[in-house]
Amino acid sequence: MSTARALINVPATARRGDIIDIKALISHEMETGFRRTQLGVPIPRDIITQFVCTYNGAEIFRAEFHPAIAANPFLAFSTIATESGTIAFHWTGDNGFSATESAAISVA
Amino acid sequence: MRAAGGIVAGIALDSATQPVAAAEAAITRAAPGARPAVLSMLEAIQRTVGGTSINKGRVKLELPPLVENGNTVGLAVRVDSPMTPADHVKAIHVFSEKNPQPYVVTFRLGPRAGRASVATRVRLADTQTVVAICEMSDGSFWSDSVNVVVTLAACTEEL
Repeated sequence: MSTARALINVPATARRGDIIDIKALISHEMETGFRRTQLGVPIPRDIITQFVCTYNGAEIFRAEFHPAIAANPFLAFSTIATESGTIAFHWTGDNGFSATESAAISVA
Repeated sequence: MRAAGGIVAGIALDSATQPVAAAEAAITRAAPGARPAVLSMLEAIQRTVGGTSINKGRVKLELPPLVENGNTVGLAVRVDSPMTPADHVKAIHVFSEKNPQPYVVTFRLGPRAGRASVATRVRLADTQTVVAICEMSDGSFWSDSVNVVVTLAACTEEL
């Protein structure tokens, strides 16, 4: 299951040493596991549990999610623009959820 | 560590005077099964920080004081840190007092972040205190807490 839509926001260009802001949003219900149907049947948990961001393969940021994260998890963080390359985003979660997105950055 | 009022001072005192093992033992006694009972926020914080005391300051947790819809609440954490290889923020943990689980989110960052500032959106099940605990590279812990009034809770009831 990787039909989730992901939106990422990374500046296309930056000067070396600049601190750049990164935003990542992914569509996901984040079913908490605490809700029940009208018949009282518990709805099983189905959430994204982990987010990892890598910059040219090196991990720069990671987040561990719990059911208290709102649907369509949003993250904003920062990194130092060190070199041109690829910033990659990887979400994993319950029921084998996995999604990947990436953006190119050119650092002058 | 200077004296500080509010819930965080309580946490700091607890963790300074009471070993974590005691809290852990209390939890396992309460739930002998495989799954531990629902942790309280203070227990969850103690498990995260170990026996280390928590200082107040350096961390700024930003949440709206009044929330109309607990299903999506913007949350930001800023930490006063130079973010150098020698002195940086290793992790930021966020805890909730009255959600079904105390854990909300953990951010792990390092000197490459440039500045210690993160944001996300969370669910809040009730009017409560939210605590952010920051783990520094030198092993110290710093915290901030915010009281949030929630008028429409995040839904934990039936569909």
